[in-house]
Amino acid sequence: MPKLELQGVVKRFGDRTVCDGINLTVDEGQMVCLIGASGSGKSTLLRCINLLEPIEDGAIFLDGEDISIPGLNPQSVRARIGIVFQSFNLFPHMTALENVMLAPRRVRGLTRAELQPEVEALFARFGLADRMHNYPDQLSGGQQQRVAIVRALAMQPEVMLFDEITSALDPQLVGEVLDVLLMLKKQGMTMVMATHEMGFAREAADKICFLDSGRIIEEGPPEAVFDHPSHQTTQAFLARALK
Amino acid sequence: MTRRERYEAHQRRRSLVIATISTVTVVAAIYFLVPLAPGWSKVQQSFFNGETLVKTFPKLLEAFRINVMIFLWSAPAIAVLGLLIALARDAKSPALFPLRIFGAAFTDIFRGVPVILTVYLIGFGIPGLGLPRPWNSPYIWGSLALILTYSAYVAEIFRSGIDSVHHSQRAAALSLGLSERQVMRDVVLPQAIRNVVPSQMNMLIALQKDVSLLSFIGPVEIFRQAGVFKSLLANFTPYVGAAIIFLIVTIPATRYADHLMARQMRERR
Repeated sequence: MPKLELQGVVKRFGDRTVCDGINLTVDEGQMVCLIGASGSGKSTLLRCINLLEPIEDGAIFLDGEDISIPGLNPQSVRARIGIVFQSFNLFPHMTALENVMLAPRRVRGLTRAELQPEVEALFARFGLADRMHNYPDQLSGGQQQRVAIVRALAMQPEVMLFDEITSALDPQLVGEVLDVLLMLKKQGMTMVMATHEMGFAREAADKICFLDSGRIIEEGPPEAVFDHPSHQTTQAFLARALK
Repeated sequence: MTRRERYEAHQRRRSLVIATISTVTVVAAIYFLVPLAPGWSKVQQSFFNGETLVKTFPKLLEAFRINVMIFLWSAPAIAVLGLLIALARDAKSPALFPLRIFGAAFTDIFRGVPVILTVYLIGFGIPGLGLPRPWNSPYIWGSLALILTYSAYVAEIFRSGIDSVHHSQRAAALSLGLSERQVMRDVVLPQAIRNVVPSQMNMLIALQKDVSLLSFIGPVEIFRQAGVFKSLLANFTPYVGAAIIFLIVTIPATRYADHLMARQMRERR
């Protein structure tokens, strides 16, 4: 059974169809990269999986369980699927530590003291031990994005979604964030990421999905998609992206 | 000194000279021209009488303590009620629909009626029910009138603060599994309140002045006390004294609010 499965997912904003019947399976421990031009529906698809956007049609399964039933309380699902955004979205009025502890305290019902060892270990693992007590505006973009990843991980999610998490970073800070993803992959985290980092996608992904106008028009292992794209649109996109 | 610095130093000197000349001219004009007005000596006698000012000032200060007292118990009540009304107006659950209607009606009514009218209606109307002492005190009902009116304005400011928090903050909090309520309490409200502190400071300053409206229903606060002296001494100087006392409080407060506002503008950039 796949960890995550999308069947014919349709998402519309008004009369604009952003996801137009998307099918996707993600196995446990797999890293799937969504590529495609801006506006092709990558970000929206991730937000749908996390139930931040209700879908019009189709279904989303987590461990075989339909999580897209209308009216289902989204909270418990969101706690199982972490998402990290392009613009970090850290809470500016809280320190890095408070940012990370908020959700586990409120949702998992733990106290600060109970969380302290676990959270400190997370900060240490991602090289942020000396940044725990800083506010977001005292951190570099790369550090903020790593804190955002730690914040999502502190909920002990089963699946992580990454929405172009390096797009807002200075080029020299991209590496430190991508390294974090490689660490997570090694630990067996199931991940879906939307990205423009073609080099990284090619090296790290188990599967590449190419989106165009809300549809996955080509998917497969990186070598197949990057070296022998079968679809003309994919060829054109890659020619531009890899130039 | 570079060419550029020499030029800027010259410009600065020039601005300073012009500003000085224009200020001196205006002040001199006022100083020499106003006393030429035919009624000046009378106005000076009845509004700027030093002797009367010195004589009445301590009593005015004492009466001002009543203004401060009413202010001090009204302000926290306004903050709490204003926030509750703001939250009520944004309530989404259908069970809370009546609360939303109530919030909207509340802000419409109390922003739409002049403060003095609310003070009169509540300050005279409710004690008119024949309540026993101390429940017929104009202090209570006058304060309530201020609290209701100001809560309506303060609620609208809180709402604008809630709207000013970017929706991506909500999305981030929701994505972690927090409930709508937790998102509001832990993520949106703390930022919203911080964003509106300068605007709320201005409301506090306005409230401090409007406390004087209660004089119309009884309490002998500073404006009423000045009126008593005016009748007693047949002189308007006590009003000027009262104005001075207000300014001693409100000018620093206004400056502070402006300072907060300016700092916020800098931070947003």
